[in-house]
Amino acid sequence: MPLLFELTGIRFAYPGRPPVLNGLNLRLDEGERIALTGPNGAGKSTLLHIMVGLLRPQAGTVVAFGAPRRNEREFHEVRRRAGLVFQDPDDQLFCPTVAEDIAFGPLNLGRSTAEVLEIVDRTLARLDLSHLRDRVTHKLSGGEKRLVSLATVLAMEPDVLLLDEPGNGLDEKTRGRLVRILSELPHALVVISHDASFRRAVTSHQYRLHDGRIGPSATHVGGGAVEP
Amino acid sequence: MHIVDALSDRAGHGSIRMLDPRLRIMAAALFALVVVSLSGLATLFTAVGLALSVMLAARLPAGPTLRRMAAMDGFMLLILVLLPFTVPGTPIVEWGGFTASAEGLVKAVEILLKANAVVLVLLALVGSLDAVTLGHALARLRMPANLVQLLFFTVRYIGVIGEEYARLRTAMRARGFRPANTLHTYRSIGYLVGMLLVHSLERSERILAAMRCRGFQGRFHLLDDFAYGRADALFAGLTAVACTGLLMMDLTYAAAV
Ligand SMILES: Nc1ncnc2c1ncn2[C@@H]1O[C@H](COP(=O)(O)OP(=O)(O)O)[C@@H](O)[C@H]1O
Ligand SMILES: [Mg+2]
Repeated sequence: MPLLFELTGIRFAYPGRPPVLNGLNLRLDEGERIALTGPNGAGKSTLLHIMVGLLRPQAGTVVAFGAPRRNEREFHEVRRRAGLVFQDPDDQLFCPTVAEDIAFGPLNLGRSTAEVLEIVDRTLARLDLSHLRDRVTHKLSGGEKRLVSLATVLAMEPDVLLLDEPGNGLDEKTRGRLVRILSELPHALVVISHDASFRRAVTSHQYRLHDGRIGPSATHVGGGAVEP
Repeated sequence: MHIVDALSDRAGHGSIRMLDPRLRIMAAALFALVVVSLSGLATLFTAVGLALSVMLAARLPAGPTLRRMAAMDGFMLLILVLLPFTVPGTPIVEWGGFTASAEGLVKAVEILLKANAVVLVLLALVGSLDAVTLGHALARLRMPANLVQLLFFTVRYIGVIGEEYARLRTAMRARGFRPANTLHTYRSIGYLVGMLLVHSLERSERILAAMRCRGFQGRFHLLDDFAYGRADALFAGLTAVACTGLLMMDLTYAAAV
């Protein structure tokens, strides 16, 4: 199977701090769905940001979609094909209305207005969110914000979804809805989650990030492995 | 928080609220320009009358609107009271070595009328637009895109920052903080404001990162569907007639004096 991401020997430290990631390796195959766990501050969010080039590692290489990625220009394509959903939807939803926020990505990709409106409606319908189309983003509930921020990323038609704690702060019902949506999507996934049942429901393997690297023992959730 | 809510509600009724937002902004701007250039008291009273009727047509609640106007007038009160004493002219009142002039009094009344007429029309035509529509209309009227985006970001995040402030304040109160006139209070409030700034800065960095993830490269695209209709043409005509009428009335009045 073709590789979507291959990170090798990644070392990253925030200025003036000890390295967060040190000698980290990660591969993601097409259609693969993996969960990332690890203690708070282990560097999980940092890792996703490195994958889409928001942060540059001090050492190591990022190969994505078959090409090495080193500079901003090379990462533009990565960001289109790998949709990152941020931990806090308030960081992601910045447009006045839901429709405009979903349109933001496709418009940046140079789609025409007619095409964009089509994409907006299709994406909303796909997530069963059509009733939110003209709502003002900052007045949505926490759960609605979370689902809409997933929609804004899906509208870019990415091949991979990178989700940073998507189940956080959701009530039972909305969480169930998110699980259903994610299990129906065909995308390759990297999901950060502290919730074992959520991980089991939407991913097939899980990796644990610890001491700056991904633990050698990747446990197959399907194989009945117990969480370390 | 209430201000933001009031600004961003799309609900609207009344004949004026159906008009195209671009037209409402332009009409208010034109009216303001005309009113500022008027000089006769009679014309100014007519302008205020017109403004009041626009307010009624927009179905603004009279009470709160007039209270807002009073608040604005309160700000100007000091200047208005001083004007008669500083503008030289025919004395009308003498008080403790200061003389109030009739010309100064007329000037003060003129300013008061102009300000009230302009603000009333702004409240009726532009104030009833929600901030989102206002931003779009301004963008379509070729306001610089950066200013429009600044407006959008302000509307979007003022509530988020407000909540952050409330959270920090609650956390302080939960640990027994009671504001008093002490160094400790001032230092704590200083930390609070500093922390809000730091949070806002970090949030802005995260927002930019999220935008870059969705292909943002410095250009904003807008989606909207404004279209002028028959009612808009009628309103544009009325505005033109009213403004020309005011100007002509002012000219004849000036010629008569
Ligand atoms: N912008 C930053 N500047 C400095 N340190 C940071 C920054 N962001 C995160 N860190 C630190 O890097 C470590 C890893 O953070 P993060 O990747 O967010 O962890 P996780 O998502 O696994 O909880 C933490 O110790 C955090 O304090
Ligand atoms: Mg994190």
